[in-house]
Amino acid sequence: MHVAHLSLTDFRSYEAVELGLEPGVTAFVGPNGQGKTNLVEALGYAATLSSHRVANDAPLVRHGAGRAIVRVAVVRDDRRALVELELNPGRANRARLNRSPVPRPRDVLGLLRTVLFAPEDLALVKGDPSERRRFLDDLLVARAPRFAGVRADYDRVLKQRGALLRTASAARRGRGGGRRAEREAGFAAAGAGDLLSTLEVWDAQLARHGAELLGARLELVEALRPLTARAYATLAPASDVVELSYRGTLPADDSPADSPPASSTDGPDLWKTLVTDREVLAERLRARLLEMRDAELERGVTLVGPHRDDLFLGLGELPARGYASHGESWSFALALRLAAYDLLRADGGDPVLILDDVFAELDTARRRRLAEIVAPAEQVLITAAVPEDVPAELAGGRFDVAEGSVTRVG
Amino acid sequence: MYEGVVQNLIDELGMLPGVGPKSAQRIAFHLLAADPADVNRLAHALLEVKEKVRFCRVCGNVAAEEECRICRDARRDEHVICVVEESKDVVAIEKTREFRGRYHVLGGAISPIEGVGPDDLRIRELMTRLADGQVTELILATDPNLEGEATATYLARLVKPMGLKVTRLASGLPVGGDLEYADEVTLGRAFEGRRLLDV
Ligand SMILES: Nc1ncnc2c1ncn2[C@@H]1O[C@H](COP(=O)(O)OP(=O)(O)O)[C@@H](O)[C@H]1O
Ligand SMILES: [Mg+2]
Ligand SMILES: [Zn+2]
Repeated sequence: MHVAHLSLTDFRSYEAVELGLEPGVTAFVGPNGQGKTNLVEALGYAATLSSHRVANDAPLVRHGAGRAIVRVAVVRDDRRALVELELNPGRANRARLNRSPVPRPRDVLGLLRTVLFAPEDLALVKGDPSERRRFLDDLLVARAPRFAGVRADYDRVLKQRGALLRTASAARRGRGGGRRAEREAGFAAAGAGDLLSTLEVWDAQLARHGAELLGARLELVEALRPLTARAYATLAPASDVVELSYRGTLPADDSPADSPPASSTDGPDLWKTLVTDREVLAERLRARLLEMRDAELERGVTLVGPHRDDLFLGLGELPARGYASHGESWSFALALRLAAYDLLRADGGDPVLILDDVFAELDTARRRRLAEIVAPAEQVLITAAVPEDVPAELAGGRFDVAEGSVTRVG
Repeated sequence: MYEGVVQNLIDELGMLPGVGPKSAQRIAFHLLAADPADVNRLAHALLEVKEKVRFCRVCGNVAAEEECRICRDARRDEHVICVVEESKDVVAIEKTREFRGRYHVLGGAISPIEGVGPDDLRIRELMTRLADGQVTELILATDPNLEGEATATYLARLVKPMGLKVTRLASGLPVGGDLEYADEVTLGRAFEGRRLLDV
């Protein structure tokens, strides 16, 4: 697929901009702070309904404006779709598809698929587990938009269960605030038994929705493992072997909880026992919740479930996080994105590749290898501070970006 | 900010569900410009509804008398009770003409975030209705969203020892939404295809 047109109103630094784009490679070139990333960020937003740079929408709206509008014309197999998003910070966003309103913005997910490489990707390797969970979940949604619903449901279950646990925890501690907190939470006349039976209901919800997310993530990591290893080997030949495994509040396989997490180095047999059956996972989550109940009531937070999990990244014998060099971390992050690209491409419909300021970070060899891998994609959009940062393998169209104006120069 | 009385009206309107500050302002200025007779009729309707409409003492549905129309109708099957969150759900289900039993209106769903626990719902009243063993089937028609599911699960567990048939509307309802958003045909089909709930 490719983006044929991008139109922004009051998005980031742009009051209004219209860009016609073609398949193949296009570079946006200009000094820092001129608005290059703002352009590709808008495309990433249209694909995922979130920015790769900020967690909420407010900074995406041009300073002084009340709302931002992103319009993207996507062409896939010669069919054109127009996706329009209106960002209203503090209120519900709205979306239109081919000029007709859709019930929820997430109904346009899947129309544009992108893989975005950015300096922020370093956090995939060096950052908190939440960065890697987000990587996995974003990819699940990109592959199957219905996962946006699964994710939203799970988040809501966590909120509901969290509110209940806080009440129960306060009541249990019997602090002065306990009874008041109980009353506020609507359990005025409820005894501890009632709180517990309500908790069991939310346990069941957490187990059900958590199992769906967990099962999908486990399958995804299985699919990513060989692709990431291959991409890393291509980017950095003659280096250590990379390793991916899912680390969760549940052991990923049938081995006892205290044995080390399963990994490809444990040999193929163990992987035959990888359990992704949703019912089994739900049952295990429930059992684990029961085991952890005391601790949960003590602390008033949900301690079991995919929101606490991590994607373990290993390099040779060592974890990448904390051990890998800057260059290795970069290669690992790129390899993860390339693996995501491979998966999406295998699903059908070549996603749009966006490389935001990444070549400047790479040495000549890795630059060339990355360029060779991405060159055949249907559409590649690159941002760079100077034209020399665009590898020769990726010669194509060019826009100059300066002080918020975007001009085609080639 | 406007003059005291106008701002008061805007604030009151803004408390209504689905009315944001902008709409509240629009409605307020519409009322200011409207014919006094029209505004009078609206004010009267508001007062009258609070005066005359009550909640059925049996099922919790809105009623003009002590008991609602459905509870007073002897032709309705008293062996089946359909549990819903709100009175508007009764209206939605009645439209399908698929259901000839009685209702029980909970007055919401379990939602710890909003401070709604089982005791804030008309669950005790439901248990009283079930106590004499007349009812043989309980249909749980709470909304097809998380809170509705949680409430249905809670109820199913609660009545399990009573050994009656507990069913849930078939899937196919728009997930994540309200019962009232489902069209009549879909809702009717969901009723026909209701499944046993096993907890
Ligand atoms: N909401 C906003 N309103 C106005 N300007 C913004 C907003 N968000 C970012 N900017 C401006 O955009 C510029 C950064 O643009 P960016 O695309 O990140 O630059 P680069 O060309 O280096 O990629 C900064 O000058 C910043 O002040
Ligand atoms: Mg930039
Ligand atoms: Zn009644």
